[in-house]
Amino acid sequence: MIRRTFPILGVLTAVLLSYGLYEALIGAPTEQSMGDVQRIFYYHAPSAWTAFLLFGINFVASVVYLIQRSIKADIIALVTAEVGVVFCTVVLVTGPIWARPVWGIWWTWDIRLTSTLVLWLIYVSYLILRRFSSSGQTPLMAAVLAIFGALDVPLVYFSIRFFRTQHPQPVIGGEGSIDPKMLQVALINWAGFLCFACLVCWSRYRLELLQREVEETEALEALLDSRKAQ
Amino acid sequence: MSAITNVARASLSKDLRLEWRSKDAINSMLFFALLVVIFSFSFDPTAEESRRIAGGLVWVAFLFAAVVALNQTWARELRNQVLDAYRVSPAPANALFLAKAFGNFIFVIVLETFMTPLFIVFYNLRALGPAYQLLIVSALGTWALVVNGTFFAAMSLRTRSREIMLPLLLFPISIPALLATVEATTAILTGDFSAKFWIVLLAAYNVVFTTACLLLFDTVLNAE
Amino acid sequence: MKFLYAAYAATWIIHISYLALLLRRYIRLRNEIQELNQR
Repeated sequence: MIRRTFPILGVLTAVLLSYGLYEALIGAPTEQSMGDVQRIFYYHAPSAWTAFLLFGINFVASVVYLIQRSIKADIIALVTAEVGVVFCTVVLVTGPIWARPVWGIWWTWDIRLTSTLVLWLIYVSYLILRRFSSSGQTPLMAAVLAIFGALDVPLVYFSIRFFRTQHPQPVIGGEGSIDPKMLQVALINWAGFLCFACLVCWSRYRLELLQREVEETEALEALLDSRKAQ
Repeated sequence: MSAITNVARASLSKDLRLEWRSKDAINSMLFFALLVVIFSFSFDPTAEESRRIAGGLVWVAFLFAAVVALNQTWARELRNQVLDAYRVSPAPANALFLAKAFGNFIFVIVLETFMTPLFIVFYNLRALGPAYQLLIVSALGTWALVVNGTFFAAMSLRTRSREIMLPLLLFPISIPALLATVEATTAILTGDFSAKFWIVLLAAYNVVFTTACLLLFDTVLNAE
Repeated sequence: MKFLYAAYAATWIIHISYLALLLRRYIRLRNEIQELNQR
């Protein structure tokens, strides 16, 4: 069953993303004030939603690891953090590309973009900790850091929001209600990206399992070799 | 509860005594005086402008000071295998953490007290808002940096590039606290707006993260 | 609009780069496994 789910998911992803792309570029109505550039929204927003979802899963997995010390939870935490950072990078790149033609500036301390930047920084530091930590307790340290990061999120949000009311900035993505057809297109693309994220996470998970197996085998081999030498 | 305070007090007084005897701190102070001078060369603002940017500059300098203090937090313990001894002892891990955090706090506050007059002189600073609030802001802001910094310093003990890992982990998480501190300081200096929200946010930040550090330090200590 | 296409292209470049990274690690792992099996 698992063998077959992967290709089915792959096809579903391709279908959703292609349809989503068509709708985003052609099917969706053109926005009044911004024009066609606004269509970036159909990639920018779903990527953000996916990234937040992945980071949420990372938080849950980290808590589970802290309580149960399950290896599976640790790998899920690692995988969702990595893929989350990828999607977050997309948000941070498409945001300024959108802002530039609309307001003539690359960056604005917009609440959403800034919060995303801080989130990106926190999770990049998380990934660096995982890479540079040399003790066997890396999963534990990483889990603790993830929890600190999660605790930080509401504080980040409120601090930047108040900062913005004091120093008003242009808002990327617009405020207020959204046209139902536009929402629909955004949701289609989100569904596509979610399936895509599933595929990527799954592959990364399998890759990590394989890597750990190889490392264990190599460690065992080294042990046996040293015994033989004695 | 009293066990925690006793152990913490003992550990703290030991640290303070060691610092006082080694006089390492004096080097740091000279370095930071130099830092203030260099900052002053880079910017030559009018009194009006300086009030608006001084908040940020001052806290960047204080941040440097905090990182210097934090990096050597556990160095002595590591050298003499104190941590292992601590792990086997029945003393609560929180006591050690609090002692270290307070020690760092005191050290950074002393540095700040030393650097502030220099900043006031070089930037012709004069607070247009309620100046007493600056004491609250610096206390809360310093604690916010120090509490997380001491914790992350313990977490980075077993990593490569330990000295870079600490700021790398600390700065993103501290962004709300740094923003609040700088904004509050600017508010008090310029008198343009109220620092109240930022002070409340800082207090909330401190409560959240002090609790988190106290709850999780035991896990971190035993993991090393 | 140029920016629109740039944004869409950037999105996929980022995703494909990550996937390429994963593929490289996988190939490296596979070679290691072959080496281990030969020993």
